[in-house]
Amino acid sequence: MTALLLENVTKTFGKLAAVRGIDLKVDAGERVALLGHNGAGKSTSLRMVLGLTPLTSGRIDVLGHAPGSRAARALTGYLPENVAFHAALTAREQLHHFARLKSVKTALADELLERVGLGHALNRRIRTYSKGMRQRVGLAQALLGQPALALLDEPTSGLDPISRHDFYDIVDDLAKGGTAVLLSSHALTDLETRTDRIAIMSKGKLVANASLPELRAEARLPVRLEITTSPDATERISASLGGTRMNGQKLWLTCKQDEKMARLGQILALGGAVRDVDVTPASLEELYRHYSGHNLEAP
Amino acid sequence: MLSVFTIARQELLLARRNMWVATSVILMGLFTTVLTLAGDAPSGTLGVDPLLVATTSITTLSVYLVPLIGLLLSFDAISGESERGTLALSLTYPLSRGEILLGKFLAHFLVLGFAIAVGLGLAAVLVIWKHGMEDLSFAPLLKLFVTAQALGAAFLGLGYLVSAMVRQTGVASGIVIIIWLVSVVLYDLALLGALVADNGGSFTKNLFPFLLVANPADAFRLINMPDVSVPVLSSGLGAAGGASGLAGQVTSLLLWPFTTLFAAWLALRKVEP
Ligand SMILES: Nc1ncnc2c1ncn2[C@@H]1O[C@H](COP(=O)(O)OP(=O)(O)OP(=O)(O)O)[C@@H](O)[C@H]1O
Ligand SMILES: [Mg+2]
Repeated sequence: MTALLLENVTKTFGKLAAVRGIDLKVDAGERVALLGHNGAGKSTSLRMVLGLTPLTSGRIDVLGHAPGSRAARALTGYLPENVAFHAALTAREQLHHFARLKSVKTALADELLERVGLGHALNRRIRTYSKGMRQRVGLAQALLGQPALALLDEPTSGLDPISRHDFYDIVDDLAKGGTAVLLSSHALTDLETRTDRIAIMSKGKLVANASLPELRAEARLPVRLEITTSPDATERISASLGGTRMNGQKLWLTCKQDEKMARLGQILALGGAVRDVDVTPASLEELYRHYSGHNLEAP
Repeated sequence: MLSVFTIARQELLLARRNMWVATSVILMGLFTTVLTLAGDAPSGTLGVDPLLVATTSITTLSVYLVPLIGLLLSFDAISGESERGTLALSLTYPLSRGEILLGKFLAHFLVLGFAIAVGLGLAAVLVIWKHGMEDLSFAPLLKLFVTAQALGAAFLGLGYLVSAMVRQTGVASGIVIIIWLVSVVLYDLALLGALVADNGGSFTKNLFPFLLVANPADAFRLINMPDVSVPVLSSGLGAAGGASGLAGQVTSLLLWPFTTLFAAWLALRKVEP
């Protein structure tokens, strides 16, 4: 079931074209990451889905409702990129307020605060919270009432490594419950394993939109092979396979994705002289550079 | 509709936390007490209702204070939230902008009403304590309360309007100070100047009565002290029949809150957080 659909959506601010004709679909239970350089148009796209900013042209459909309509908002959870609360309230008071607006039981709000790890600070004023703690309050309010669509703008900013991990656990649970999750992020390493699809924006355009393996196949970025040899055989192996010698016993090779198996066959044929082989496909960062046109690394 | 009360509830909590309730109550309580004590006739003075004396001086005070409190409570309501980023998040919840505005209004109206009630209550208690209960007429006090609420509501609406129209809270605060100065001081001075220049001509007869009640602060003043009246304007008041009579005063005090709130709602609908 399609939860979110963007068709040829455009947004211009005066002369500046912030979003230029993007098409995007997110299904129920799907986790999609929106990547892109600063100013690529990620936040603007999310804000259009919420109806906070009107579109210049195109169409957005949120579970069959117009963006920003009351019905659409009732089904959506949103974490803004710079989340702000009333500093004079406690996290508990703030979240109870949001729960009432969403017609969710306030006891559930307490559970969510517990879930994001704020159980010990519930009754402290938000004024006294650290950046990461505020981010968690933001996350908790976005989860109220298990929304059918969750829009999370840089949800992991300000979170420590453990909390990031916990955050993706929460996202997994959301998706398992049928929530369509669209999140923007700059923290690429976390995303590799924890999202179903990756959409990359560059200068307002959607330049990639597929799963990680599909992106890899399509980009045809080289695979890196790192071979550890016995010390005496390094010279010989280097001569027969090519590649770059790193040190006395290490050799680096790169090859196309579809040549990988043939290359591995050659390496294995060398027998006992090869002690170990590491195969590293193109990382998300390399893919990201490739697609967003910042191809700074030599091929 | 329930959202209105949810918003109002949070606003009341915030008003308490941010000391707006305390500030308003202290302002009203302090000044009414001082004025009641200072303006008090020695007990036994012939035939003057001591409560009437008190309401007269409190009216003069309220003309300045009630609009000020109204504007203080409201100038930050939209622009401040927009600036701090809390408005954007609120707007992604399933409630309309009208409900947000109404909720805030309800809360601020209650805060204002509480402050006025404390002020008038203190005045009444002081008068009763000095003069006893006999011969007191509470009707003027009640009228003062109701009309002060209407006056306050008008300036709450004005504050929201300004707050929704500008982006920065700093600018909003500047504008509401100007609004306050104009409506409680400069407007009367300008009218007076025009009266003197006109010297009993057609302006005094035709336009002046309308212009006088058009200002809610003046309508409030007239309705609460019809006899004593505004000294500076009394020269023109002889001519000010019809429009500036009771009907005009009530219309002005009712029309201002509704129009300004409606205008604020229109402005809020255009706000992009
Ligand atoms: N209200 C606005 N008025 C004018 N320009 C805007 C407005 N909002 C965004 N922009 C412009 O639109 C472009 C896209 O901004 P957006 O915030 O969507 O980027 P982003 O992809 O979220 O970037 P970041 O990674 O830095 O958060 C930027 O050039 C920005 O300056
Ligand atoms: Mg952004």
